[in-house]
Amino acid sequence: MNPTLDLLYRLADDQLILGHRNSEWNGLGPILEEDIAFSSMAQDKLGHSLQLYSLLHALGEAEPDTVAFTRNAPQFHCCQLVELPIGEYDFSLTRHFLFDHAELLRFEALATSSYEPLAQVARKLRGELKYHALHANTWMKRLGTATDEAIERMQRSLDFTLPYALGIFEKTDAEAEIISSGLFVGEDELRGRWLESISKVLAQTALEVPDVLALTPVLGGRHGQHTEHLQPLLDEMAEVFRLDPTADW
Amino acid sequence: MQNDANSPQPIAKSQILEWLQAVKDPEIPTISLIDLGVVRGVEVDAVTGKVSVHLTPTFAGCPAMDYMKRDVERTLLAHGVPAVEVEISMREAWTSDMLTEAGRQALRQHKLSPPPVIGNQVFDLDFLEYAECPNCHGNNTELRTPFGATLCRAVHYCHDCRQLFEQFKPV
Repeated sequence: MNPTLDLLYRLADDQLILGHRNSEWNGLGPILEEDIAFSSMAQDKLGHSLQLYSLLHALGEAEPDTVAFTRNAPQFHCCQLVELPIGEYDFSLTRHFLFDHAELLRFEALATSSYEPLAQVARKLRGELKYHALHANTWMKRLGTATDEAIERMQRSLDFTLPYALGIFEKTDAEAEIISSGLFVGEDELRGRWLESISKVLAQTALEVPDVLALTPVLGGRHGQHTEHLQPLLDEMAEVFRLDPTADW
Repeated sequence: MQNDANSPQPIAKSQILEWLQAVKDPEIPTISLIDLGVVRGVEVDAVTGKVSVHLTPTFAGCPAMDYMKRDVERTLLAHGVPAVEVEISMREAWTSDMLTEAGRQALRQHKLSPPPVIGNQVFDLDFLEYAECPNCHGNNTELRTPFGATLCRAVHYCHDCRQLFEQFKPV
């Protein structure tokens, strides 16, 4: 695949799927503020996916709604981390923390992308992502220094989620060209910055951070290999759209 | 129709801007789209009189953009502008520094704390946490949650007047 399309599909699909997962907290958050926070981040992420699908559309791909609602799991390029069910709040929070730190750093780097339309969008999104990172940091620090039960649950979530989080940085065949053309600094560079960034926050908690780079990453998502959780999510998300794809909303 | 010889002059840009002052944010009716800073450009075609308006969203996922676009079209057409084209893009991405002084005043009127001016300073977490209380105007405040009733609002608490209040977020 053309390197620009390859990169954009990965970015857009991550936003769409995690946006949908975040929205599942609507009405179920452990406290009202968290209900609103996850719902707001869902709205942000859907908005971000729309901007990225619009860039794809400008490059000749189908309409954003068509791309979002008519593909099946093997055609999605999201990492497996974002498709996992929301589980308990400790998992959703840990995923949000690990993903949004990578996301903030990714869009900061993309703000100087050689592909100017993407750089413009990135310069906008990075400001919004600061709030996502701020939110995640606040709660990681709060729960990671709270009661024994809180610390134990957060530790278990962290240990479970880290291998999936490493899957964010899975490379495709286009990687070398993406870097050489100045589209993006590349996944290895991003992973290094991410590790530094999450370590700073985790150091302020009682959580133990394993040797992250020694873990076996959960890969496959960028190549269309997904968990059994993605297709049911897509079916639910597209249920209304597929009733009448030509309906005018 | 006999407007060939003296076809109407294209409407002046200043007039268009004045009319656009009447188009308000649908969620904060005290502030105009101009003072909000989302109108990034207005051009009047000297030959056809067609008006092109460039809008940019405050937040990428703002659900009010389509409404704003239709409101701009409706308002200008009602004033007799022959044709209107509204483009939404991030060519000039919105930052909270694009709020005008009148806009900041309009936010206060709606009991929303305006975001601090960032200027050339490094935009760090301090900016996200600072807010002036719109009720007592004190600074002894605390960020309670960066997410509020809409994407562009955060919730803070004032330790002086002991009230929760909303802030229009700095970005």
